[in-house]
Amino acid sequence: MVNKDLSVSLCGIQMKNPVVPASGTFGFGLELADTLDINTLGGISLKGTTREARFGNPTPRIAECTEGMINSVGLQNPGIDVLVNDKAPFLRKIYGGVIIANISGYSVEEYAFNCSKAESCPDIDIIEVNVSCPNVHGGGMAFGTDPSSAAAVTKAVKEVTGKPVFIKLSPNVTDIVSIAKACEDAGADGITLVNTFLGMRIDIKRRRPVIANKMGGFSGPAIFPIALRMVWQVSHACNIPVMGCGGVRRAEDVVEMMMAGATAVQVGAENLRNPFVCPEIVQQLPAVMESLGIEKLQDIIGIV
Amino acid sequence: MTFTIGSNTPVARDTFRIVLRTDAEISVRSGQFVEIGLDGYYLRRPISISDSLPDGVILYYKVVGEGTRLISRMKEGETLELLLPLGKGFNPEACASKALLIGGGIGSAPLYLLAKELLNQGKEVTVVLGFNKADEICLRDEFQSLGIPVHIATMDGSVGTKGFVTDAIDQVGPEFDRFYTCGPLPMMKAVRSALSAPGEMSLEERMGCGAGFCYGCSVQTTKGPKRVCADGPVFDKEDLLW
Repeated sequence: MVNKDLSVSLCGIQMKNPVVPASGTFGFGLELADTLDINTLGGISLKGTTREARFGNPTPRIAECTEGMINSVGLQNPGIDVLVNDKAPFLRKIYGGVIIANISGYSVEEYAFNCSKAESCPDIDIIEVNVSCPNVHGGGMAFGTDPSSAAAVTKAVKEVTGKPVFIKLSPNVTDIVSIAKACEDAGADGITLVNTFLGMRIDIKRRRPVIANKMGGFSGPAIFPIALRMVWQVSHACNIPVMGCGGVRRAEDVVEMMMAGATAVQVGAENLRNPFVCPEIVQQLPAVMESLGIEKLQDIIGIV
Repeated sequence: MTFTIGSNTPVARDTFRIVLRTDAEISVRSGQFVEIGLDGYYLRRPISISDSLPDGVILYYKVVGEGTRLISRMKEGETLELLLPLGKGFNPEACASKALLIGGGIGSAPLYLLAKELLNQGKEVTVVLGFNKADEICLRDEFQSLGIPVHIATMDGSVGTKGFVTDAIDQVGPEFDRFYTCGPLPMMKAVRSALSAPGEMSLEERMGCGAGFCYGCSVQTTKGPKRVCADGPVFDKEDLLW
């Protein structure tokens, strides 16, 4: 076992490693607590949460693609009260890493309301504001595709919480940098990018979309180069930390995301394919660092 | 876990029986399933467990797409990556003394292990299986070799009762205090409305993780949203909003 320093500092919060399962691909952490040692993970981004409980979209919600998948879960969640009173406190009892609450909303007011609830929960370390869900109409992505709307959400949530706020951005935009900069200017402490790409599959035998909601969010290794490009663009244009997300499936991808500018790296779809992938990446990182002559992961952030 | 293919043989039209063994002890319940990882395909394939071995499982699968076609071409000695056991299975303990098992097509597969569990508990078992045509019939001989009555319904009437499983049930008039069913959704809905006894139904849904954390396969129930993969795939009929 090679002895390497995997720790990173994210908005002053020390993480033992940069590996974080992405929101929506790891439940509330509790679902996997019996399957793997979740304490090997630097952080966990919890399932996206709205004010009211939601069932989400009709099924089928999942479509397989080449090197990826489409999901149209549509923010199924038990509501913000269950998150702050039940899920986060339960997770804190068994998990010592960074707990990231992922917050959604249908209006600026709802985002602020949900974040004020998250603020009151001592078990939540970071608030990740999802302005990029492609699966919910009249909310979600609508706020993340326009700089002034993204700024308005950022400003509203920053007014109600002192916790670090990361805005999770959609890649379904022409100019990701302008949106990231608008969030930074409005007070965001960090940016998570990217959420899924709007995609679609058709069942050619049945002549209809595979997904009941027709379209959904595409993720998986196929999007890695695009996500990496956006992480590089945003981290070089902004002065706040970035959590890189999109198509990460192995330790080398984590290193690549960090070289592009990510301070922490989220792993999404790959958890669905292999629930053990996050601990496996953490385990593989020292050997990969050794082969690349890296002593401290923190040293490579944004070196490219 | 890596499993080695012991055999992989066609047993009916587009239908295969595969024996998978590993080097560890395996413990599964009827109604549980495995997820099979395939090179070149992103998501795993959920397949129900038909029978358990001390060191493996027996599955029946139908070739319905590229993934199952790839499995059907694999040979003895090749290996597959499996996650198992997944899901909550059937509850044979809930049957008082007489069970009716109703399978539709490849949905007959998980009922085989259930029949063995029921027999081990000293209960009487009757099986009704429905298929479109004679060349799709599978598992009939396996059920019969357990010494239990097997009634077949075919849509074209080539074997057994002509029509649906519900027609065969009408014709046979079996005695039972609980039923268990797995098959196409319209069949299970028809069974549910035709039978007044309590019962359990095994659902199918396109899955993401297969293990309860992606919420891709949810179903609304009388007890709120449930995950087919982790809270099911078997549900009490009273819980379903059909």
